[in-house]
Amino acid sequence: MRRLGRMAWALVLAEILGGLWLTLRYFFRPKATLNYPYEKNPISPRFKGEHALRRYPNGEERCIACKLCEAVCPAQAITIEAEPRDDGSRRTTRYDIDMTKCIYCGLCEEACPVDAIVEGPNFEFATETREELLYDKAKLLDNGDRWEPELAKRLELDAPYR
Amino acid sequence: MAIGGNLSWPNAWNWTRPTDEQPFPHSHGARHMIINLAFDVFAAILLLSAGMVVSSRNPVHSVLFLILAFINAAILFLIAGAEFLAMVLVIVYVGAVAVLFLFVVMMLDVDFAALAEGVQRYAPIGALVGLVLLIELGMVAVGWTIAPGAAAARLAPMAGGLTDTQALGALIYTRYLVLFQLSGVVLLVAMIGAILLTHRERKRAKTQNLDAQHRRMPADTLRLVTAELGQGVSLPSPAPTPAKEEV
Amino acid sequence: MSAFLATNTGFVLLTLAQSLALIVPLLIGVAYLTFFERKVMGAIQLRKGPNVVGPFGLGQPFADAIKMLFKETIIPTGADRVLFTIAPMLTFGLAIIAWAVIPVNNHWAIANINVGVLYLFAISSLGVYGIIIAGWASNSKYAFLGALRSAAQMVSYEVSMGFVIVTVLVCVGSLNLNDIVLAQRKIWFAIPLLPLFVIFFISGLAETNRAPFDLAEGDTEIVAGFFVEYSAMSFALFFLGEYANMILISAMTTTLFLGGWLSPIGIAPFTLIPGVVWFLLKIILCLFVFIWVRATLPRIRYDQLMSLGWKVFLPISMGYLVLVAGVLEIFGWLPNA
Repeated sequence: MRRLGRMAWALVLAEILGGLWLTLRYFFRPKATLNYPYEKNPISPRFKGEHALRRYPNGEERCIACKLCEAVCPAQAITIEAEPRDDGSRRTTRYDIDMTKCIYCGLCEEACPVDAIVEGPNFEFATETREELLYDKAKLLDNGDRWEPELAKRLELDAPYR
Repeated sequence: MAIGGNLSWPNAWNWTRPTDEQPFPHSHGARHMIINLAFDVFAAILLLSAGMVVSSRNPVHSVLFLILAFINAAILFLIAGAEFLAMVLVIVYVGAVAVLFLFVVMMLDVDFAALAEGVQRYAPIGALVGLVLLIELGMVAVGWTIAPGAAAARLAPMAGGLTDTQALGALIYTRYLVLFQLSGVVLLVAMIGAILLTHRERKRAKTQNLDAQHRRMPADTLRLVTAELGQGVSLPSPAPTPAKEEV
Repeated sequence: MSAFLATNTGFVLLTLAQSLALIVPLLIGVAYLTFFERKVMGAIQLRKGPNVVGPFGLGQPFADAIKMLFKETIIPTGADRVLFTIAPMLTFGLAIIAWAVIPVNNHWAIANINVGVLYLFAISSLGVYGIIIAGWASNSKYAFLGALRSAAQMVSYEVSMGFVIVTVLVCVGSLNLNDIVLAQRKIWFAIPLLPLFVIFFISGLAETNRAPFDLAEGDTEIVAGFFVEYSAMSFALFFLGEYANMILISAMTTTLFLGGWLSPIGIAPFTLIPGVVWFLLKIILCLFVFIWVRATLPRIRYDQLMSLGWKVFLPISMGYLVLVAGVLEIFGWLPNA
């Protein structure tokens, strides 16, 4: 008897209709799509995006050419050459990050003892030529100047956990 | 033109059946010419494709030309007023028989060079057979007589204004019923015979038992329990599995 | 005006005008069906479909068409050039010419032939060839295998569709599509013949190679099956041909089971709405169910598909035919009795 009941259940396609009812309910639910350029998802303060070289509040660049970031980079994307500056301080003459090699792991940020190189929240830096993605020191410093308030805030938010 | 009003859109295919007074009902003037032209065109395509069937090098092309020939034959049936036969020709011949031909031809690996070799050797015998058939054809054509009632029957094949379909059905399912059923039986026997000849008893492959699978319901196999934090659940101990035999 | 229409040229021009009046909306409908499908499937999957091109994404089909036009048509080496080019034209052409017999309103079919249903059936049978030729002409194993599978599947489900059509014919007494619609004035055939309606609909899904029966052309199964070697315009023709076939099967289902252009309730104000509008609404409903089923059900494996067609649908449709014929005979409800 139970067997007949089960056969009847299969014959009227009850399970298929149940599935169809579920999808119909989903048809009327609010959609989860974000209208991308105008609406974006929130990202965490630890988000690893475009790199930037920071400065001290008095304008002096933080980087002291210790080359810890170059050593730790797993993709060997950072290239550094250093020379004493005119006033005798230790500074870089060349600091290139090849953004096409970079894997955005954040190890350089973790390695830096002076919080010079950081990864910012920006991920929308696509370019039309490959050469524009080979960042040099000027570009990175420029990034830093533009994004400084946000970079400082992110470091402040993440400091308890470092 | 009133849309949806009392002007129903004219249609072309409700042919008036030919009668003795009006043997060609639609053939006044230009229409007669168009029907003749249509017949010429489609008959020409039919003959050409039939020729290409035997002379094409690629067997797939041959079958496709055969299909073209069938379709043109169906159109000729339409011109003659037998619409049911035309459609059934397309459905059965083109839609089923030719599909099977095509499947077989596509999956065979035909070696053309080997086939073409035989033509030279057998050409004289082929020519002799062809000559005999031609003579027979000539004899038939010369001695052709039409039966007395045939002309009248040709002009008025169906009495009572029945459509083609109804007339055919009225004849097949009453006078020729046994023959109709027998032809179906013949087809069935042919199919069974083909299966029987080629069936190989393979070692029983593991198949699914759909009935058993459908009978298995979630209620038999699942039980949802809510576990309290840190409490765990008490499940009944599993039934002892029977010892498996060594394979 | 009527005198002009009765002449030969008038007749030809009239048929041409009727055909254009049917084909142009049909082509636009096919294009927007692709858009409709993406939107509906997206909605079921809790996402918006295309919504960037034009208002609410309504310009998307045009963007797709323009993109397809600019692509390069590649013919693979060893492919049979003539057949390769003809196959998509055949599929698309057949999907369009089948519309010659479908009545969109009372007596509003381009060709009101007495064997309308058989004509539709014949066109479905011919549709198999587009696929076989495409698979063969591609000179590719995947394409060939996919084509054979698709063709076998279509042929199998045509059989049960045929029996369902015969059952409807028994209830109506005529193969003329207009008569079939008129015979549903009292009640739509979907209600007394509900299992047959379901069988016809599911066979229609299998005919058009739609999910859940799209194993032979699923991307994850056999890389688009028989049209894997096609690109640009030929691919677009196949794609549009498949959607045109979907609309055709919806139209057939509507005409045979859902009362064609009849309104559901036979009283004003429903009858004031023109029949064409009801026909369109029913087709849209059918298409929604096509897309709904695609978004819901998983793909059926090929052997399960074939066993379903031959071992389940065929016996049920045959049995139902005998049942219906018997019931009509006993109660004397046979038409033209």
